[in-house]
Amino acid sequence: MRQEALQSVVMNREARLHLVNKYRVLIIFIALCAAASMLSDAFLTVNNLLNVARQVSITAIIAAGMTLVILIAGIDLSVGSVMAFSGAIAAGMLTAQWPLGVALIAALLVGLGFGIINGLFVTRWGIPSFITTLAVMVIARGMTLVYTQGYPLVVSHESFRYIGNGKMLGIPLPILIMLFLYASLYWVLRNTSFGRYVYAIGGNEEASRLSGIPVNTIKVAVFGICGLLSALSAIVYTSRLMSAQPTAGTGIELDAIAAVIIGGTSLAGGKGGIAGTLIGALIMGILDNVLNLMNVSPFYQSIVKGLVILAAVLADRTFAKLKIA
Amino acid sequence: METAALKMERISKHFPGVKALDQVSIEVKKGEILALLGENGAGKSTLMKVLAGVHQPDSGEIYVNGKKVVIDGPRASQELGISIIYQEFNLIPHLSVAENIFLGREPRKIKGVIDWKTLDQQAAAIMNRVGLKHLSPKALIRDLTIPEQQLVEIAKAISYASQILIMDEPTAVLNGEDASHLLEIMLDLKQQGMSIIFITHRLEEVEQIADRIAVLRDGTYIGSAKIGDVSREQMVSMMVGRDITDLYPTRNQKIGKPVLRVENLSLKNRLHDINLTVHEGEILGIGGLMGSGSGVLAKALFGLYPHLQGKIMIGEKSRITSPRDAIDAGIALVTDDRKGEGLVLMMSVFENLLLPSYRRISSMGTLLEKSKQTGIVEKWISDLKIKVHDPAVAVGTLSGGNQQKVVLGKWLQMNPRVLILNEPTRGIDVGAKAEIYQLMKSLTEEGIAIIMISSEMPELLGMSHRILVMHEGRVTGEMPIEEATQEKIFLYATGGVRK
Repeated sequence: MRQEALQSVVMNREARLHLVNKYRVLIIFIALCAAASMLSDAFLTVNNLLNVARQVSITAIIAAGMTLVILIAGIDLSVGSVMAFSGAIAAGMLTAQWPLGVALIAALLVGLGFGIINGLFVTRWGIPSFITTLAVMVIARGMTLVYTQGYPLVVSHESFRYIGNGKMLGIPLPILIMLFLYASLYWVLRNTSFGRYVYAIGGNEEASRLSGIPVNTIKVAVFGICGLLSALSAIVYTSRLMSAQPTAGTGIELDAIAAVIIGGTSLAGGKGGIAGTLIGALIMGILDNVLNLMNVSPFYQSIVKGLVILAAVLADRTFAKLKIA
Repeated sequence: METAALKMERISKHFPGVKALDQVSIEVKKGEILALLGENGAGKSTLMKVLAGVHQPDSGEIYVNGKKVVIDGPRASQELGISIIYQEFNLIPHLSVAENIFLGREPRKIKGVIDWKTLDQQAAAIMNRVGLKHLSPKALIRDLTIPEQQLVEIAKAISYASQILIMDEPTAVLNGEDASHLLEIMLDLKQQGMSIIFITHRLEEVEQIADRIAVLRDGTYIGSAKIGDVSREQMVSMMVGRDITDLYPTRNQKIGKPVLRVENLSLKNRLHDINLTVHEGEILGIGGLMGSGSGVLAKALFGLYPHLQGKIMIGEKSRITSPRDAIDAGIALVTDDRKGEGLVLMMSVFENLLLPSYRRISSMGTLLEKSKQTGIVEKWISDLKIKVHDPAVAVGTLSGGNQQKVVLGKWLQMNPRVLILNEPTRGIDVGAKAEIYQLMKSLTEEGIAIIMISSEMPELLGMSHRILVMHEGRVTGEMPIEEATQEKIFLYATGGVRK
């Protein structure tokens, strides 16, 4: 009797730990929200929350692509520059009176193209993604400066404005785009062979190859998607500001990587997921927001953000250890 | 005559500077288990890689079911119904069992969308056949034990409808119980008509399940024989080309004073109240099944767990709380995980040998001159008969036996007083084993105390002066060698009797 009771206590403890472990990112997120609403009355208002989500959407769209790249044990540093260049292309073409659809598709193709180039260098020529995408980051930034001559390109196209500033059912369009993107990628990663192969390649590339998985094709596709999403982010961002900045997206790769890592995806690949990344991005956004609401100087904000990244990863480790013990 | 399921005829393969295979011919019939024997470096792996399509032979022919075939890649091999289970598993840790079994061939609903229900059902059916009934197809590989992972590899092979299964030392990573379970499954597959080529160093397993043996030595085919027609000694002499009449040397007779004493050592949930003493010139054998805590004890003695209770006394020291303490006190640990913990595989033999002694041979932070280092390295390479043509090659390219010698050499130059050997001959061929046993003997003659943890009964009984048996973190039995028997050790190891 007693032993059984003891056993069930142990089981419960284990089951509880398992739950805590599984939803640890969510728990950190909720704790942060609770803290934020205590620190500032303005935090927990519909307007403010929609505001945060809209600001986050720019990073989050890029972080979605970054998640795929990190799942295959790669990294993409070029996202920010690719974002700037495709934004500039969209703005430039709209200014030159190209139809909206053509300009958008052109911008997306530019992003996709850069992504595929990254993927080809990584797979065909075996150059580590860190180096490949570092080079492409510098090149794409240079191309943006050449194309814009260093000046912002102002757009005045009314339907274009709708993408970044419009609302549907009272919700800003960027948020809807972000949510739709995450929902689809979540499904793709779980239920399609492409999605499973992304995990397989990150977990054990050689075994995947021996199982007949087209490893290189999948990798190129993943980098392609990451580039494409950088362009999508660029479209939302450019439309929001109604101008393409030559410095757009500077440092956004680090925010995106931080969101992925805070979201629990392993830099070693093969482990993690897209849902965590969304929460990771929101954690970063809320942090910015609360610090702003509290009138903390932006100089300090960056220090706080860095500390939070460290704390999140540390908490993650502690949870993981609990599970083993 | 019945056509063989697989026949390889006069296969030759050269690598730059080496003749890996020279006119080797082997065959295996349908429903037969062929044990492929040979020392490390005899060409077994190369031969298997030819079958896997990894290497193309320079000459020779391969027949599957009497039909001549060309195996030009892993795909071709798979399509011919050949499956290979390597020592390093090719599984993906964060995917489920079912996904791993059908990786690359998942059932789909429509293009690209996985049909999870069918996938899990089909996987469950195959898992039943290999004794994985107790697991859910959704279980993740990383949560499985090593033996379970191995069964998943076999399940994968079955899912390809393979007719020929090649297993490269499948039992090397398993303890006795799991190994015999695996052997049963192999017999089962044989009953179902599968042909199995079984590479192993454990001759008792060969006698247990194989129908025939084929022996390779230095890339040439030595011969084949039916089990029952040859004795174990004959198998060994075919493998090494000479008679090894006595694998185990006579024991050192000069036992000195105690060197290391352990009193009431405990580690939360892992070790309970361990007491032991080991003397100069003595080999203390520690036996036990997997999870008995003997491996943990080895690490504890080496200072890897700072939160120990109890005493570890050596010389004037009574506490060992870090590997540095242990090394300074004269304790050396040769781990059972050569590749993970013992060696830096990508670094050279030279550097691996010198790794622990950099601290000792450097003065004021500057390393000794190259010539002295070279001197040390050359001494150990020749003393230990490490087969390497150039100390600058990466240690990962050496055979298992030679890698183990590098690990030993690494520690011996530190002049240890106590040498802890955890599974000193795991995955090592008979010839290298004999050399390591000889070495252990001469070390004890120099007065070094050896603690040898081993899951191989013959080794425990053949080498130790005294045997301790562990079960669930406790010492459950202790006996001098004169009183030790397999049955007794097994009884203590399963917790049958408590001291």
